[in-house]
Amino acid sequence: MSEQTIDLKKRRFLTKATSVVGAVGVGFVAWPFLSTMKPSAKTKAAGAPIDIDISKLEAGQLVRVLWRKKPVWIFMRDEKALDALNSDELIKSLDDPDGTGNSKNQQPSYVTSNFRSIKNKESVAVIVGVCTHLGCSPTYRPEPGAADLGGDSWPGGFYCPCHGSKFDLAGRVYAGVPAPTNLVIPPYRYVSDSLIRIGVDPEIT
Amino acid sequence: MKNKQSWIDQRFPLTKVFNEHLAEYYTPRNFNLWYFFGGLAMLMLGMQLVTGIFLTMHYKPDSAYAFASVEYIMRDVEWGWLIRYLHSAGASAFFIVIYLHMYRALLYGSYKGPRELIWILGMVLYVALMAEAFFGYVLPWGQMSFWGAQVIISLFGSVPVIGPDLLVWLLGDYAVGDAALNRFFSLHVIALPLILVVLVFLHIVALHAVGSNNPDGIEIKKNKDKDGIPKDGIPFHPYYTVKDIMGVVAFLWLLCAVVFYAPALNGYFLEHANFIEANPLKTPEHIAPLWYLTPFYSVLRAIPPMFGSQFPGVLAMGAAIVILFALPWLDRSPVKSIRYRSPIYKWALGVFVISFIMLGWLGVQPVTPLNALLARVFTALYFAFFILMPWYTSIGKTKEVPERVTG
Repeated sequence: MSEQTIDLKKRRFLTKATSVVGAVGVGFVAWPFLSTMKPSAKTKAAGAPIDIDISKLEAGQLVRVLWRKKPVWIFMRDEKALDALNSDELIKSLDDPDGTGNSKNQQPSYVTSNFRSIKNKESVAVIVGVCTHLGCSPTYRPEPGAADLGGDSWPGGFYCPCHGSKFDLAGRVYAGVPAPTNLVIPPYRYVSDSLIRIGVDPEIT
Repeated sequence: MKNKQSWIDQRFPLTKVFNEHLAEYYTPRNFNLWYFFGGLAMLMLGMQLVTGIFLTMHYKPDSAYAFASVEYIMRDVEWGWLIRYLHSAGASAFFIVIYLHMYRALLYGSYKGPRELIWILGMVLYVALMAEAFFGYVLPWGQMSFWGAQVIISLFGSVPVIGPDLLVWLLGDYAVGDAALNRFFSLHVIALPLILVVLVFLHIVALHAVGSNNPDGIEIKKNKDKDGIPKDGIPFHPYYTVKDIMGVVAFLWLLCAVVFYAPALNGYFLEHANFIEANPLKTPEHIAPLWYLTPFYSVLRAIPPMFGSQFPGVLAMGAAIVILFALPWLDRSPVKSIRYRSPIYKWALGVFVISFIMLGWLGVQPVTPLNALLARVFTALYFAFFILMPWYTSIGKTKEVPERVTG
């Protein structure tokens, strides 16, 4: 130990190596903290399917239920409303009427294109009532020709009070509004003719 | 007394700190009305901390009880209404003070070198304060709390690729609910107040290292007498401490007028829809954030969706805040104070102020085609103020800056 020279290079290397190991350690310790913010086991379990009885639902009526803490609308469309959904005039004003463009992931594969409902049950619509813009719940405005929503050209639909997005009675978004995509259709099936189960796909027959 | 003081001074630099930051901190002698707002902002921070501590004794951060517990504070807790209204009106008062404080920096070029870091710390404070206010507004769990949280949190969901997962992680659930309320409470009463207090400390340490700017934008440290004391400086204490008390009295008089006679200020300080409990099935007919966030909200609404995503609007809103950080480097003017700036700068500042106020006003209005167009125009003007700044601050004739402070 007669020579008191300090190996600065070695010291710098050791400082850096210690810092790197320390940073990795901080990363590992941060993980459990950040993980506590994820949905808990209890929260995940609360996402179970729900059953809705639609035997008393009449044409034009809409019921709101909570599924996975989001509002889901179940509503009955009459013949006139269904015809309007098929009309060229409406389809021209929509952003993605057949759900193949921007909105291709907004519905399960088994819903029909213009009505966005399960085959042979076209009059009943099941839609997650959350605006695809910033998450408000649009207002139900089924009356055709509503003066504040474009008068004669309005076939009935939904209007989002937050930022003015418009959707038709199948939850398809109009072109040129803030919402980028159609409303989401949740997975659902008919348990019987009058009972809908939201949260599961139909059984394959 | 003297003995006690020296006993402490040998163990803690009490006298040294007191002198450095108060009794021998030399401040320009020409401060005007605009210089009240820094101190008032500290007063508001103190008031929010104290009222917040007492509100936390009664508030319940549980979505099943939160709304009722606020009503309980208002009706059943003795003097609870006063504490709650001081806290809620205090939040708006805090922002009024902060906006005036920031405008002062624009007027007198207080963000320019060597005070860039004071400005940056102040901007971080401003962002932290916006987050603090947002989390606080969610806690009463009224309709506006709920749907405001829904909209603001959805902004994160629009981030490409990671958005949806990020959203679930932030909420701790698949929708805004009890988990979100609980963590917002934690952030509102612990994390952000701590951050705010630390940032205020750093903001002031940086200020006292460089020294205060003044309405003439002159560095008083350039003119010192033989003792090394700036000729245009006076000790902060007692001169400005006493002067600030005057400002505090006038300010509290106004604040009390609001708290006692119009605590909700016709929906501007507490929105009407927030007196109805949160209902996840129904969005109120008209929703808007509180007034202090509306300029940025207008920017968000002004940008239409592109490529099937509303993320461009979110980016624009973020940019409207982030661009403020760059102010010290965008301004190329050789002078600091508005008093000696070129006419073109005065015009630019005027247009900016009008744009900011108009964006704020549009943010509480419903979307109509005309409003959407106006929001786009004023958004463009807002950004033009910053983007064109290197150009218009380097042209135009500035006036000669005097050697010593005036008035």
